[in-house]
Amino acid sequence: MKEVIHTPVPLVEEEEYHINMGPQHPSTHGVLRLVVTLQGEIVKSLKPHCGYIHRGIEKMCEKDTYPQIIHLTDRIDYLSAHINNHAVCLLVEKALEIEVPERVKYVRTIMDELARIQSHQLWWASFGMDLGGLTCFFYGLRDREKILDIWEETTGARFLQSYYTPGGLLWDIHPNFQKDVKAFIKYFRKKIRDYDNILSGNVIFRERSRNIGLMSKEDAISWGVTGPSGRGSGWSCDVRKHHPYALYDKVDFKEILYTEGDTLARYLVRMDEMRESMNIIEQLIDNIPEGDFTAKMKAVIKLPAGEYYQRVESARGDLGLYCISDGNKTPYRMKFRTPSFSNLSVLDHISRDLKIADLVAIGGSLDLVIPDIDR
Amino acid sequence: MTSNIYDNFVASLTQSIHEWLYHVMPPTWALISEMTIIGLVFLLFYALVGLFLVYAERKVCAFMQNRVGPNRVGPYGIFQTIADFIKLLMKELITIKNSDKLLFNIAPFIVIIASFMAIAAIPFAKGLHAIDFDIGILYVIAVSSLGVVGILLAGWSSNNKYSLIGAMRSGAQIISYELSVGMSLLTIIILAGTMQFSEIVQGQEYGWFLFKGHIPAFIAFVVFLIASTAETNRGPFDLAEAESELTAGFHTEYSGIKFAFFFLAEYMNMFIVASIGATVFLGGWMPFMVHGWDGFNTVMNYIPPSIWYILKTGFIIWLMMWFKWTFPRLRIDQLLTLEWKYLLPINLFNILLMAFIVLMGWHF
Repeated sequence: MKEVIHTPVPLVEEEEYHINMGPQHPSTHGVLRLVVTLQGEIVKSLKPHCGYIHRGIEKMCEKDTYPQIIHLTDRIDYLSAHINNHAVCLLVEKALEIEVPERVKYVRTIMDELARIQSHQLWWASFGMDLGGLTCFFYGLRDREKILDIWEETTGARFLQSYYTPGGLLWDIHPNFQKDVKAFIKYFRKKIRDYDNILSGNVIFRERSRNIGLMSKEDAISWGVTGPSGRGSGWSCDVRKHHPYALYDKVDFKEILYTEGDTLARYLVRMDEMRESMNIIEQLIDNIPEGDFTAKMKAVIKLPAGEYYQRVESARGDLGLYCISDGNKTPYRMKFRTPSFSNLSVLDHISRDLKIADLVAIGGSLDLVIPDIDR
Repeated sequence: MTSNIYDNFVASLTQSIHEWLYHVMPPTWALISEMTIIGLVFLLFYALVGLFLVYAERKVCAFMQNRVGPNRVGPYGIFQTIADFIKLLMKELITIKNSDKLLFNIAPFIVIIASFMAIAAIPFAKGLHAIDFDIGILYVIAVSSLGVVGILLAGWSSNNKYSLIGAMRSGAQIISYELSVGMSLLTIIILAGTMQFSEIVQGQEYGWFLFKGHIPAFIAFVVFLIASTAETNRGPFDLAEAESELTAGFHTEYSGIKFAFFFLAEYMNMFIVASIGATVFLGGWMPFMVHGWDGFNTVMNYIPPSIWYILKTGFIIWLMMWFKWTFPRLRIDQLLTLEWKYLLPINLFNILLMAFIVLMGWHF
């Protein structure tokens, strides 16, 4: 029997109407559907409808072994694949109390920061395009290509790397890795000035983003908006600072905080984070110690029965992994606390009574990745 | 007055065609054939300019974005737009359920006819224009603003909310910026003392109006550039088809050749405003000449007037493309604020300033 699914549609006042932004829409960057209630061009309320790219990753984790789960986490937030992998590895290593070699920590930290830079580059590219600056898109992708090339050399994959394994890395870094990364940093320090010239300093862009989508610190905390979006509201929520993992307690870096809480602040946080990530990489890249690229691991990984939680700072915010193990080689339950999901929830609150063009700008400034919402 | 060696060529060519036609057929038929020939020439010209501008835009945009642009069909990809045009011709014309069929079908024609009519008054070289009347500028402004009717109809009849928002934005935008375009041209009309295109160009023989009218003319030129970019719905003022907000705005539901009409009309409108800008501010087909420098003027005169015209128009078109590919888009309230709170008062003041300067004889 065919079953009709009725999606709830919010009630409309007089002179209001609905518009379905998505699931196919250029500015939702994926299959997100926003049922927007408009009055003329003013957004009265909006209701996100998720699930268009729900693949049941959490359920799939229950039948996969821990090394297999790593390959699934790539697909959650595909732009910070390394960081997601890192979360699983840290969880397993914490549960088994394994100390990974120093070399692994260095490589992982560098790879994570490269992932953060390329994610922010793609965000910058698409954010510029959301605001109508079409050239930004090509600038951002041009520079992101360099990082993908570096990854391809070492990990064999450009996008979904699955390079980390519990206890270490799949294989050692490519001999050219350090040289290439240094060349990239030198290159990108020059190119990020182009970014400022074409978008950050542009008067139209400033006017479009200033005082738009105001989110107070209280809002950010109560909606759980983490990552650069939360730090744009002055909420110090960087997991790398507060719960350091890998080498983040050893390297010297600033947590970028802006207190304005508007779209421009969220933009500036990400721009500064790219620079800060380059600082972190520069501190580490020359000092990668010699040694093994993996710790000694058993062939079959079984976590002791119990509950585990691991947080990492992905490019979008606080990624949490909650795992219940019953002692088998597969977890009993796996739950991902993905940053995009909670960042999306605040969209209705901060875009009310603004124009539909502002909604696009705010949505862009939250840097949503749709598979990260739906999992 | 320096005589241009190319002037007689156009005149004698058209005159001989005219005489031959009247020689071989009765006057009524000769007149009808002349009209048909002119119409066909303009249709061909229209299509060619449109195709070339699309190609130029792609190349300019590729240049701005570190890309190569079209380079596969023909040398340097010059036949790419023709291939695209053939593809659009062959595509299915999708009819939308519950749309207003008549208005839906008529809208692209209104848009394209409006831009087609405006070409008639533009002088491409001395004597090379379809019609030259004493209210040339008024005619062009009036005719080119008809296009907004087509855009509004397209948005209304599509039965699509995105189209409707796009059309309403476009209506507000074009009607507002029409004022600034008109007033910035009015500033120059005060200086020129005529609305006839041929006389306006003739008046710029030794110094384009941009230099002759110095400060107010320069302000008028900047205002004209901004307002005409907005009037043609091009970025950073492309709110009517804001891709990231409204998918494609007023032409979301159009396909095939009807979409091509909107597309072509947009480029032709750009060509028309650039032509008017070049004619009114930069001397149209008039070469760059300085009074008294006879040797220099003779050399400049060797360059045909149509080349001068194309260079100047091309320069303005290039400026508009540069805007589009570097600036982000404005929001609708900022767009209207810019017009009503800044451009309009500046313009009104500028007209006064120009009138004062002309009265005092302070222009060159």
